[in-house]
Amino acid sequence: MKPRFEPQRGGGFRLRLPAAERDMLRTVPGQLRELMGGDLDAPDLRRLFPPAYESDAELQEEYRRLTIDDLAERRREALQVVEETVDADHLTEEQLTAWLGVVNDVRLVLGTRLDITEDSYQRPLPQDDPRFAQFALFSYMGFLEENIVEALAATLPTTE
Amino acid sequence: MPLSTTIARTAPAEVERPTGDTRTVPDLPWLVIVWNDPINLMSYVTYVFQKLFGYSFAKASKLMLDVHHKGKAIVSSGSREKAEFDVSRLHAHGLWATMQQDA
Repeated sequence: MKPRFEPQRGGGFRLRLPAAERDMLRTVPGQLRELMGGDLDAPDLRRLFPPAYESDAELQEEYRRLTIDDLAERRREALQVVEETVDADHLTEEQLTAWLGVVNDVRLVLGTRLDITEDSYQRPLPQDDPRFAQFALFSYMGFLEENIVEALAATLPTTE
Repeated sequence: MPLSTTIARTAPAEVERPTGDTRTVPDLPWLVIVWNDPINLMSYVTYVFQKLFGYSFAKASKLMLDVHHKGKAIVSSGSREKAEFDVSRLHAHGLWATMQQDA
């Protein structure tokens, strides 16, 4: 099978993403934006805005004050890129990087909400579990992320 | 916009620091630590280390495996400003990073 994200010689990436996958992806940015429109300290979002200083509340408060707006804004910009390019057949590296950020953020939010552990990958939820749909989306996003990382990693400069 | 370009706007934390701050020891470097978590993919963590720090695949993989097996790894170090900048870039990429002064 041809890769979903294929680096192109002239730069950027060719996309081969089935319509059903694009439709699944389409639902994501709006939901994340809504979550981030509320309390950024919400439990679901704690992996998106973690503390830098764990044992100094004052330094942590300063770090948070200086970074939170920018971290949130960059995430909103990435959501917009995904919304604008979800049906594209070609993405620039910058756009695919935005996709990667959004896909990873969704995994962090869902993984936090589903209380994912190392064992969760070997023991998927049964279909009659009320969290099955979220778990399925989490799993799909992991698959998509592996594909995106593979494509983007191929463009990294080789060192040593 | 690439994640690495916009974060720079938040970097000058030191500007607002009151003089006479006694909580930090100026001579000791700050360590940036990435902690193990069950959500981030191993391939993703390796990629982020390569991209943010310019590490080779081999070095980035070793750090990722340290995080995975030992629970954490020191991924960079330096002045408090540099460490804070690195932590914020790791946070922008969804990694669980903290910083502490070398003891």
